[in-house]
Amino acid sequence: MSEEIKMVDIYIMGKQYTVPETLTIMDAMEYAGYQLKRGCGCRAGFCGACATVYRMAGDYELKVGLACQTKVEDGMYLAQIPFFPARKALYDLGEIRPSTAHFAQLYPEVYRCLGCGSCNKVCPQDIDVMQYIAYIQRGDFARAADISFDCLMCGLCVSRCPVNIVHYNAALTARRLFSRYIARPDAFLAERVKAIEEGVLDAEIDELVNADKEKLQELYNNREIEK
Amino acid sequence: MTYTPKLKELMKKVEETRPSRVGVHFPRMSPEERRDVLQKFHPDYIADGFREIKVGVNKGARMPVEMADVFESFSRLRNVEIDFSADPDYDVDVLIIGGGGAGASAALDAHEAGAKVLVATKLRFGDANTMMAQGGIQAADKENDSPAVHYLDVVGGGRFENVPELARALVMDAPLVIKWLEDMGTMFDKKKDGTTITIHGGGTSRKRMHAARDYTGAEIMRTLRDEVLNRGIEVVEFNPAVELILDEEGRAAGAVLFNLETEQYLIARARTVVIATGGSGRLHYRGFPTSNHHGATADGLIIGYRAGAKMIYADSIQYHPTGGAFPPQLLGLLVTEKTRGLGATPLNINGEQFVYHLETRDVASSAIIRECEERGLGVPLPTGITAVWLDSPLIEQIHGEGTIERQLPAMLRQFQRFGVDIRKEPMLIYPTLHYQNGGMLIDENGHSSVENLYVAGEAAGGIHGTNRLMGNSLLDIIVFGRRAGRDAAAKSKEISAPKGLNLKHVETYHRELEETGAADDRVGPMVLPHYTHR
Repeated sequence: MSEEIKMVDIYIMGKQYTVPETLTIMDAMEYAGYQLKRGCGCRAGFCGACATVYRMAGDYELKVGLACQTKVEDGMYLAQIPFFPARKALYDLGEIRPSTAHFAQLYPEVYRCLGCGSCNKVCPQDIDVMQYIAYIQRGDFARAADISFDCLMCGLCVSRCPVNIVHYNAALTARRLFSRYIARPDAFLAERVKAIEEGVLDAEIDELVNADKEKLQELYNNREIEK
Repeated sequence: MTYTPKLKELMKKVEETRPSRVGVHFPRMSPEERRDVLQKFHPDYIADGFREIKVGVNKGARMPVEMADVFESFSRLRNVEIDFSADPDYDVDVLIIGGGGAGASAALDAHEAGAKVLVATKLRFGDANTMMAQGGIQAADKENDSPAVHYLDVVGGGRFENVPELARALVMDAPLVIKWLEDMGTMFDKKKDGTTITIHGGGTSRKRMHAARDYTGAEIMRTLRDEVLNRGIEVVEFNPAVELILDEEGRAAGAVLFNLETEQYLIARARTVVIATGGSGRLHYRGFPTSNHHGATADGLIIGYRAGAKMIYADSIQYHPTGGAFPPQLLGLLVTEKTRGLGATPLNINGEQFVYHLETRDVASSAIIRECEERGLGVPLPTGITAVWLDSPLIEQIHGEGTIERQLPAMLRQFQRFGVDIRKEPMLIYPTLHYQNGGMLIDENGHSSVENLYVAGEAAGGIHGTNRLMGNSLLDIIVFGRRAGRDAAAKSKEISAPKGLNLKHVETYHRELEETGAADDRVGPMVLPHYTHR
């Protein structure tokens, strides 16, 4: 920064560090001297590796966020959740169907939801987690798939659930069931796959593969571009 | 941090010119103009960013300085005793190094072919650039399109330097890959009747970009990962490979893994090995920020190179035109090309468009650098750098209100977190280090120049020539991941268990390094980037 940077005090696992206020929690940990192994993945808010729990000095409320997507604040006490031993049901997608009966065998705990809303409060993506669990309970996999889609599988919901639901794994199974069995397959795709497998398109492509650079340049520079 | 009052003042220019820009087609560059802007402004053409590698199979080849430094390094095992007389810690048919999209695809197809598979990965399974790919995956699966049309886009975008057989495999397998993913329950954007929704990307002549909102790579990665786990394939996390092991005849026969937590070295013996370790953005060529994930440190390249795997186009790096520039927390972060695919255009400080918004990445990046450096029409930021606008509100004008929320939820959320509403305010962007176009040379089955060693994904080279198009990387990792997995499994059935495991190639490499007087303190692979007190 060309302008003067304000420094703030943060507490990483109880130890105080003074860091520039413009940093994210992740950058601040590195500024403080950490070389990150766990608790750090894509560094861009897509992978869910950096779930962080924090509290502001003088406050009792626990807050959560992704370390790479949350700016540091003065008086932040923080720690990361490097790993959470959540269960994943094993299944063969070809053998199950989008039905409550099948789902209950994989993730019976979803039916124990108390409706407390703890999951919603901690979701860094602001997903209505409790609602998609409700959709799963009543077998509405299309809606569950739709509203759970932006989930990063960071696991914060699971860490707070009083009845041990593994929301993000249940949601992933719901999305796979929806996509495989409820969403309709693309009609032309199967035709194109067949044509490729039968070698119908070989001659056309091989002509280009064997063409020299000048020929390719000419074709490329004059190719038709879809509006 | 929201936009400063000064930036908000500058933003008014963008708002003023917007009505006059809606629906107006900005001309594409001619082939001559493209060549000219690349040669003057693309970092690949700036000589002092490169030097010759002094050792190994590509001795004398041009590489980015930072990559050459890693390549001219000593092994982490230089003073470590590895006991090959003991039973190996892992003993499998196919060892896959890397747990991104290429590694997961290779694992699924190798397992399908009946091989015993181990996936060893440096961070968590799925911590990879795959997870961050937002915009889409290309496949010619519409009636007005064909693999041949796709091929022409690939080689034209790749400056006609692609290995033809690899580009052919890429485009011919593409529809098969979409089908495979669809059957596995990947949630692509679709119309009610099941038709996949496809749009343009930079350099495409047909709308063939399939997306899953702007979480396309994440959706593919979590599906592949779920399937690998469902099949019971063994995955060991936080165990990067730090050296390949060869057998008595110099063929790949496993790897030395390093448990990042206990700091122990482990031996994984395998009949065939697949390197799927991804790219190298975290080497920060020319000091550029990067859109890459934490582990993109070229580890697989250096261990493969020490074992004799040939590189191709090591000096070709892709800078994505739209990296985040402000707020500072978003520096280098990818702004998906889908943003331009939906109609957002780059603008200079006067709110004027200066480049067609869907030029290929190399050309678009060069044009942005020219606008800032040569023409002095960039937007000065309080952080001391300059940037250009990307007019995201234009998307809502073209496609209607609510489009950004539906089509770009990740982008909307990320900028909102730091106080910018991209539906109303344009983004500030500058090119970011995004992709390694080159890598280890493979054949169409993913086989490298070392016997029994396969490479897939960003670590492989030749497919994209010297410039990859958007949506062809998510495609490539699956096409060549599957091909490598299948061939590695088949090969493992033909050969007997490797004998005489050794690291002699590392000793030879060290001798070569010593003869050239390479710096004695360099150790590679890097494994983890180090940003302490930067």
